[in-house]
Amino acid sequence: MTALSLLAAATIGTPIGQGLIYGLAAIGPGIGIGFLVGKSVEAMARQPESAGQVRTTMFLGIAFVEALALLGFVLTFLVK
Amino acid sequence: MLGSLLHGISKPPGGFLPPDTSIFDYTKSCIIGSGPACVTKVSLLMLLSVVIISALFLAAFRKPKLIPTGIQNAMEAIVDFIRDGIALEVMGPAGLAYVPFFTTIFVFVWVNNVFGIIPGIQFPTTSRMAIPLMLAVLVWLVFNIAGIKAQGGGHYLKSVLFPPGVPKPIYILVTPIEFVSVFLLRPLTLSVRLLANMIAGHLILTIFFLGTWYLQFKIVTIPFAAASFALGTFMTAFEVLVGLLQAYIFTLLTAVYISGATSSEH
Repeated sequence: MTALSLLAAATIGTPIGQGLIYGLAAIGPGIGIGFLVGKSVEAMARQPESAGQVRTTMFLGIAFVEALALLGFVLTFLVK
Repeated sequence: MLGSLLHGISKPPGGFLPPDTSIFDYTKSCIIGSGPACVTKVSLLMLLSVVIISALFLAAFRKPKLIPTGIQNAMEAIVDFIRDGIALEVMGPAGLAYVPFFTTIFVFVWVNNVFGIIPGIQFPTTSRMAIPLMLAVLVWLVFNIAGIKAQGGGHYLKSVLFPPGVPKPIYILVTPIEFVSVFLLRPLTLSVRLLANMIAGHLILTIFFLGTWYLQFKIVTIPFAAASFALGTFMTAFEVLVGLLQAYIFTLLTAVYISGATSSEH
């Protein structure tokens, strides 16, 4: 955590800092979408007859998880 | 490009300026009129999308035939997809009343997303905040009014802010969270999701094709220009998918919000 705050202090206001915002914001959603889609594929493979419902729910989940990454993306333009 | 290949090296102009958010700003270049309320490329494109959608639907359903052919077939496939894949899937039979609304939103968002990759236009109108925001406000109004109509004002607020099956003291925590997430974050995330996807896609395309143009000035960098061009072409194909997916997700979330507001079991 200290390393992270040092990094933040060193890169604040620079293009590298702006890039870091998105990079850090993408870690969590990346893991989340990976889990989400993996589990959905597993469910579809086990029960192909419920694939339609699983797909709809999967896209919903992706939309919610992705929103976090996108907020980070928007922040890169807001933070100067 | 051929000329620079044959004659060797021509001078690249200045330094490389990476594109930033200013490429989305059309407010300085009015097409009709002047001042802050003038008609820009973005508003013209939005009006164009309305014309395109109206023309397509009129051509398809003005004189509908029992056995659909040509354009009627294609448009019926879209409406079918909305009805079966979104309205019935999420809301059940109650969703049938909302099929026209969902279809309108889906087609409008889709056409405006696809503008980003049509040669000669190449600007996704949904990457301006005004359009997704107004759509999100519209959706916000629709799901709140639908909820109030279905459950009554007091009961609707109660079912949103005080979800049943929660121990009483937890409401101190749950009620503010529910209030913020339902009434404030829903329209915000709905619009920002669409906006950020379109901004990101447009920026990536701009960077790759600007890079192609910049790198083809020197013979040594031409392989990189080719790679940049190939990636840009690939991203263009990817944008086709993203445009469709975002329109689908926008409509799907609209359906989920309306369904959550009108169903009375919780």
